[in-house]
Amino acid sequence: MSLISEGAEYRGPVESAYAEPSMATVGDYIALLKPRVMSLVVFTALVGLSVAPGAIHPFTAFTALLCIAVGAGASGALNMWYDSDIDALMTRTARRPVPAGRVKPGEALAFGLTLSVFAVVVLGLLVNVLAAALLAFTIFFYAVIYTMWLKRSTPQNIVIGGAAGAFPPMIGWAAVTGSMSLEPVLLFAIIFFWTPPHFWALAIYKTKDYARAGIPMLPVVAGDRQTRLQILLYTLLLAPLGVAPFLLGFAGPMYGVVSVVTGAVMLALAVQVFRERAPAERACRHLFAFSILYLFLLFAVLLVERGWGGLLIAPFA
Amino acid sequence: MTEKPDDKDGIVLTEAQKRARRSRSIAIALSLFALVVLFYVMTLVKGPIVLLRPM
Repeated sequence: MSLISEGAEYRGPVESAYAEPSMATVGDYIALLKPRVMSLVVFTALVGLSVAPGAIHPFTAFTALLCIAVGAGASGALNMWYDSDIDALMTRTARRPVPAGRVKPGEALAFGLTLSVFAVVVLGLLVNVLAAALLAFTIFFYAVIYTMWLKRSTPQNIVIGGAAGAFPPMIGWAAVTGSMSLEPVLLFAIIFFWTPPHFWALAIYKTKDYARAGIPMLPVVAGDRQTRLQILLYTLLLAPLGVAPFLLGFAGPMYGVVSVVTGAVMLALAVQVFRERAPAERACRHLFAFSILYLFLLFAVLLVERGWGGLLIAPFA
Repeated sequence: MTEKPDDKDGIVLTEAQKRARRSRSIAIALSLFALVVLFYVMTLVKGPIVLLRPM
């Protein structure tokens, strides 16, 4: 039976939103998950999970990390959906799947929302409710508070928004203990105070990009010199905070030595950024690169020194 | 004159689009299978207390 009635003229395919079938590949969807950010999230969550007291079955630990990874990826997809307009204006982000046209905004939104729900529900069902609640809050904080609100409205965007990246160790800890204490809060604080010098160092040598996209990053709004001063001030807070786990007895001597030495290097690089005449691009690149190594070393030493103890096989745990 | 449309008058996927769709479908199938395995193994690992969900 034909749906075309007699006498009607067929005009070809109907123009609709579905006229252009998606060309998105699996690789494009993986790119939406921001794999590099995800790897750092998984690593810091692993440290939180490993240093937590008590035992957790390795498979439960694996499930918790998988959910945290998927939740982080979902946040990235929601961020790329909402920010596709400004991503298209910046060289660093113009080739992302949505601004490049390989993934439609609606597809990225659906992907992000679906993964968010799955990550939170599975973590709640298979691990515990506190960890799931923290993961849900982290996704909400990154996608709504940071991406939709702070990023475009205040130069303090990455200071407050940095909390989203600081939650994973707390989620890891909660996955093991089902509770909170000072130790995971300290790990949160280290990442929280690490974020501004890390991102502002990048923002200084990407100022034109951010200005073109209309994002009120500190160097765009307050200028280069004020940003370099803020980098130094935050690093002055970060360096002693990095040593705090040792001073409070949460970490051993190896952590103490590494945190003092790397903290001193961070401080020296921040002083160099502050003292160098504008544009301090070279010094900022050094600080940006070292800041990644700094955070990695602190957490890696914690993992070696304190970790793995929480990953004891405990059937029925 | 009325021209009866054949199947090709609708949305016709190119070979590249078909390949992309097939790879996405396989990825979704694998993800769902992994989810089933995850719940199955966790049930074996936790035993009867899988139904207890502490905070």
